[in-house]
Amino acid sequence: MARHPATPAAAPKVRVVTLKIDGHDIGAREDETILNAANDNGIRIPTLCYLEGLSEWGACRMCVVEVAGSPKLMTACSTRVAEGMEVTTNSDRLQRYRRTILELLFAERNHICSVCVSNGHCELQSLARACGMDHVRVPYRNAAYAVDSSHDLFRIDQNRCILCTRCVRVCDEIEGAHTWDVMGRGVDSQVITDLNQPWGQSTSCTGCSKCVQVCPTGALVKKGTAAGEMEKQGGFLPYLTEMRGNR
Amino acid sequence: MSRTIKIEPVSRIEGHAKITLTLGDDGRVEDARFHLTQFRGFEKFCEGRPFPEMPALTARTCGICPVSHLVASSKACDHLLSVAIPVTAGKLRRLMNLAQLVQSHALSYFHLSSADLLLGMDSAPEQRNIFGILAENPQVARDGIRLRQIGQTIIEILGGKKIHPGWMVPGGVNAPLAEEQRQKILAMIPEGLEIAKRTLSSFKALVGRFSEEIEHLGNFPSMYLSLVSPEGGLEHYDGVFRIKNAEGAIVLDKVPLVDYARIIGEAVEPFSYMKFPYYLPAGYPNGIYRVGPLARLNNCDFCGTPLADAALEEFRALQPGKPVSSSFHFHYARLIEIVYGLERMGQLLIDPEITSTRVRARARGNNSEGIGVAEAPRGTLIHHYKTDADGLMTWANLIIATGHNNLAMNRAVKQSAQHFVDGNDLKEGALNRVEAVIRCYDPCLSCASHAFGQMPLEIELVDASGEVVDRVTR
Repeated sequence: MARHPATPAAAPKVRVVTLKIDGHDIGAREDETILNAANDNGIRIPTLCYLEGLSEWGACRMCVVEVAGSPKLMTACSTRVAEGMEVTTNSDRLQRYRRTILELLFAERNHICSVCVSNGHCELQSLARACGMDHVRVPYRNAAYAVDSSHDLFRIDQNRCILCTRCVRVCDEIEGAHTWDVMGRGVDSQVITDLNQPWGQSTSCTGCSKCVQVCPTGALVKKGTAAGEMEKQGGFLPYLTEMRGNR
Repeated sequence: MSRTIKIEPVSRIEGHAKITLTLGDDGRVEDARFHLTQFRGFEKFCEGRPFPEMPALTARTCGICPVSHLVASSKACDHLLSVAIPVTAGKLRRLMNLAQLVQSHALSYFHLSSADLLLGMDSAPEQRNIFGILAENPQVARDGIRLRQIGQTIIEILGGKKIHPGWMVPGGVNAPLAEEQRQKILAMIPEGLEIAKRTLSSFKALVGRFSEEIEHLGNFPSMYLSLVSPEGGLEHYDGVFRIKNAEGAIVLDKVPLVDYARIIGEAVEPFSYMKFPYYLPAGYPNGIYRVGPLARLNNCDFCGTPLADAALEEFRALQPGKPVSSSFHFHYARLIEIVYGLERMGQLLIDPEITSTRVRARARGNNSEGIGVAEAPRGTLIHHYKTDADGLMTWANLIIATGHNNLAMNRAVKQSAQHFVDGNDLKEGALNRVEAVIRCYDPCLSCASHAFGQMPLEIELVDASGEVVDRVTR
């Protein structure tokens, strides 16, 4: 069927649904996520891999919520709202799960906060504090990961990486370079530059620092920073996304 | 039949240690050893890390003297950056180093050793601690706690935290000193000085009671190693190496700090996790030397502050024309250094340059090797790093202040044990004197071994067949 380019496209019809989040009656567009609907209504759900302005990933599971009628927990960042949905964002069970997720993240790699350049400015650390994670009950893996300091300006310390893939997404979706990607499977997964070449030898990296600024931990940092000195400036992202529209 | 006495753990020191005394058939002490029993391995796990992390990482060896590691490590990193840091940054680092000198010396004297001195070496062990002092002489306990608090508070004002401040960084410090902070610190100096002066006076009055200890608690000839300023003055932050011999003659002078490996060798012994540094040209173990407050005062020509210089003159009169050789007088030297530290901080704080906002030099790793040396409260501290082309650590060597004194501590333990301990009639007070000689050196064993844990000490008495015949444990 021939198109009529002169005719403006009709705005897609999006229904509004009503649902309950933590007992509050809420109206939301049907294409919204639970996380967005909650945020719009001042209900805060902890997140880690999610970042406004980037695609949803659902990797970290920090934003898990309970949905009435479903035995399993849902990630608020990647689950759409639905008519009549009843969502609980905070319960003993959820708190227990979130703390456990954090403990597993801390145990998986080396997150010794006291000597980390992001100490005091780290989303993982802040979440641990906010969620009351005061112990790690699983054994630390104590696996040694490489530090790649070959880039002129930045450094990747795999020991501090939680595989949130914010760097992968921002580099692909916003900068358009797609320097970052994920290699390996399961516990062996690692973010890599180009085809696992040293970052300093990457021909696709533009040196824009977006990956560094959105990284929630001390994994991607500016070189020359001492312990506690790495403060990220991630505020540019929603603005950039909005100004670019869908381009 | 010979026997062995083990003192384990050694009490009122910083870190884990034990002492072994070997007795001959006649029950007299034939040999004595001071063992460091724990291992941490900081030098190894620094490898692979980016060098700008080193000040914070190496400072974690110790919660008592983290600032010393911050200073030595930051200086080693300056060397890696290949920069001369802003003058004010150097003065601010010096200020924090002196604040730590005051708090650490106060801890050593009041909290760890004053009980031996004020209550007596033979007093009941249950009372022979800071709480005993509190009961017996509350003013002394208050003075000790307050003096330590002054030092710690100055560190906090400068670096934001009392323990492990992150303020000292490669290239300088990461925040200048505000006028308000300067005034706050200045306001504390007079009270600190009053405490320091009255403590020094009361110590001088006590000295007469300890003539036997002065004679036999680690009183032997040795060389002395310390930093001195280029003019020969007392120095804690920078300067050059000076070594004097037992007669007080200068053996080496004006040795640049980066040349430490030319004068210091490190040996290891199977009985301790602490290395045995020695004066390289004299070989091991003949190259025994001492570091720390006693060595610094023996080596310097002057202190450079009025009260400390007057005190230094009196100190020198203890052994005119020669270095003061009794390890007991580490205490005396420590108290003079507290006076000096407070006076010198006062001098630095009235320097108009101290509030300059130019406090950091920025550069990338330009050298592949960096050496940083400073005087920690317990003696000369050396950090030596090597990095790859990307600035990642490939090698680290830390020569800790307490380590330098290892040969001397072993000799001192043997001397005091031979004089005070009778294997046929083991007395707690005699064993306490063996521990007390260790306390003279104020060893920081968590630093020296990179040991980890609480702070106990044990003495064991072993006979010639290796059988433990007695043990004193705390």
